[in-house]
Amino acid sequence: MSLPILDKYIQAFLETLLMVSVSAVIAISGGLLLALTLTVTAGGGLLPKPRFNRGLSIVVNMFRAIPFIILLVAMLPLTRLIVGTTLGTWAAIVPLSISLMPYYTRIAQVSLNDVDRGLIEAARASGCRRRDIVRHVLLPEALPGIVTGMTVCIIGMIGASAMAGAVGAGGLGDLAIRYGYERYETRVMFEVIAILIALVSIVQFTGEWIARKVDHRR
Amino acid sequence: MFDGVRKSYAGPGGAQVEALGEVSFSIGRGEIFGIIGRSGAGKSTLLRAINMLEPPSAGRVLIDDVDVSTLDDAGLLGLRRRVGMIFQHFNLLSAKTVRDNVGLPLKVAGVKPAEVRARVDALLELVGLRDKADTYPAKLSGGQKQRVGIARALVHRPAILLCDEATSALDPETTQSILALLRDINRDLGLTVVLITHDMAVIREVCTRVLVLDGGKLVEQGPVWQVFGDPQAAATRALLRPLQHDLPADIAQKLVPSLDGRSGHAIIALRFTGDSHTGGVPLATLAALGPGATLLHGGLDRIDGHGQGRLLVSVPAATLHTHAFQAARVVNSLGNAPGNASTTAAGHSTDGSSLADHIEILGYVPAHLG
Repeated sequence: MSLPILDKYIQAFLETLLMVSVSAVIAISGGLLLALTLTVTAGGGLLPKPRFNRGLSIVVNMFRAIPFIILLVAMLPLTRLIVGTTLGTWAAIVPLSISLMPYYTRIAQVSLNDVDRGLIEAARASGCRRRDIVRHVLLPEALPGIVTGMTVCIIGMIGASAMAGAVGAGGLGDLAIRYGYERYETRVMFEVIAILIALVSIVQFTGEWIARKVDHRR
Repeated sequence: MFDGVRKSYAGPGGAQVEALGEVSFSIGRGEIFGIIGRSGAGKSTLLRAINMLEPPSAGRVLIDDVDVSTLDDAGLLGLRRRVGMIFQHFNLLSAKTVRDNVGLPLKVAGVKPAEVRARVDALLELVGLRDKADTYPAKLSGGQKQRVGIARALVHRPAILLCDEATSALDPETTQSILALLRDINRDLGLTVVLITHDMAVIREVCTRVLVLDGGKLVEQGPVWQVFGDPQAAATRALLRPLQHDLPADIAQKLVPSLDGRSGHAIIALRFTGDSHTGGVPLATLAALGPGATLLHGGLDRIDGHGQGRLLVSVPAATLHTHAFQAARVVNSLGNAPGNASTTAAGHSTDGSSLADHIEILGYVPAHLG
């Protein structure tokens, strides 16, 4: 393998890493916030606001219904507004974040809803305020599920980032399509796939390891 | 402390389910007060009205003459720091160690970490779990988890402790140790304990007074010995059944309503309500049954110094017509007259002629009892 080619791999890898990590931070923190809001405002929640809850839930579902590749195009005006361009790695981060945020919202919401109501009751009975309950009961108790959800979300994001080549974002997926598919360099494609498998495995194992570390339920 | 806890509920939810019909009672300071009923009787709703986890839809709950349903958020926070609560399923946070679980109520109240630690460790000492401070709840047994629950409930030095089926998920031996702990803290800390349970044995073990709920209504209340010795409501009798000495199946099979002149034995139930036998039942009183009597089944419990229980005896049918037995029965039926029940019966029990508070002939067994 010649050096310029190796450079391409390194560059593509770094682009993927940048896209995924920045989008993951935005999507996961935003998704967690939305999930908390949905859990807390649900009927029977800490601060029931049924109408607001229903509205927010519909919005989340709407975004979940849009396929990523379409969102990528539909988001172009917003992307231009935020990052000033519709091309390149940074331009891909906007649709990536927005696409995976509602996805992660639902994953985190499941974990938050699974927190035993008895624990919340016990916290209320011992004089905890709502914010204490969110901080000391809801989040820590749901943490193992929240971490596992992050793993799923990040892996999904690695997959979606391949499509971001459509806006010239680069990355491993882009490399595989341009060389492997369009130029019939099958070897490049397989090598990219090998790198992706390694990357996904590392994320998966790290995620599982952290989830085990924070899980004291058994 | 609790003077005149009074409340009436309509039902929560749109469908106006009556969880509790008008229920009024009061709990004295330093008491261990039991609330018993079948599941769905409204025990849990009643208990949660005390710390406003489930505000009643009507009526008032007074603690120290303060109507707790009028408290604002800050007032409720203060109330809940004076009222500890423990739960059937312990409800400990899995992500926090034993020490952090117990310390959380103090931490959120803004107590300094050093003081939190000192108070938590003292409480863990009290419940006998000092060495488990850094363990996570999942590693503890049921009894240990409930001890952590108790420590957490006591951390604000409350005046009242609410126990929601605190021993229902524990095995009998652990139940005993948890009840003993509750009795100790009631005595040593002067804490008022309100506990709900569906198990009469728990009530007998620790409570001073008991209230029986059925279908959201208060059907009976009084000192434990009285309710046990002479239950008035059908629901109370049903709840007491597992503790009672019913006719054993082998005898029940042979039982006939009448001997029709044949020889045989009568099966008699003697019931002691605890009214007349404050020190116990003198064996001499049983002499009225004659020399042919056999004690078959039964027992006497001493609750708060009152001997109450039920004895099943078999006596030769002929004994029923003897002078001594008839005399004892007459005294007994007099004793049952309304108004002077306890005085009459008690007066005769001392001179040995009153057999029991209630005598009932259950039936006859022809020929000889194996």
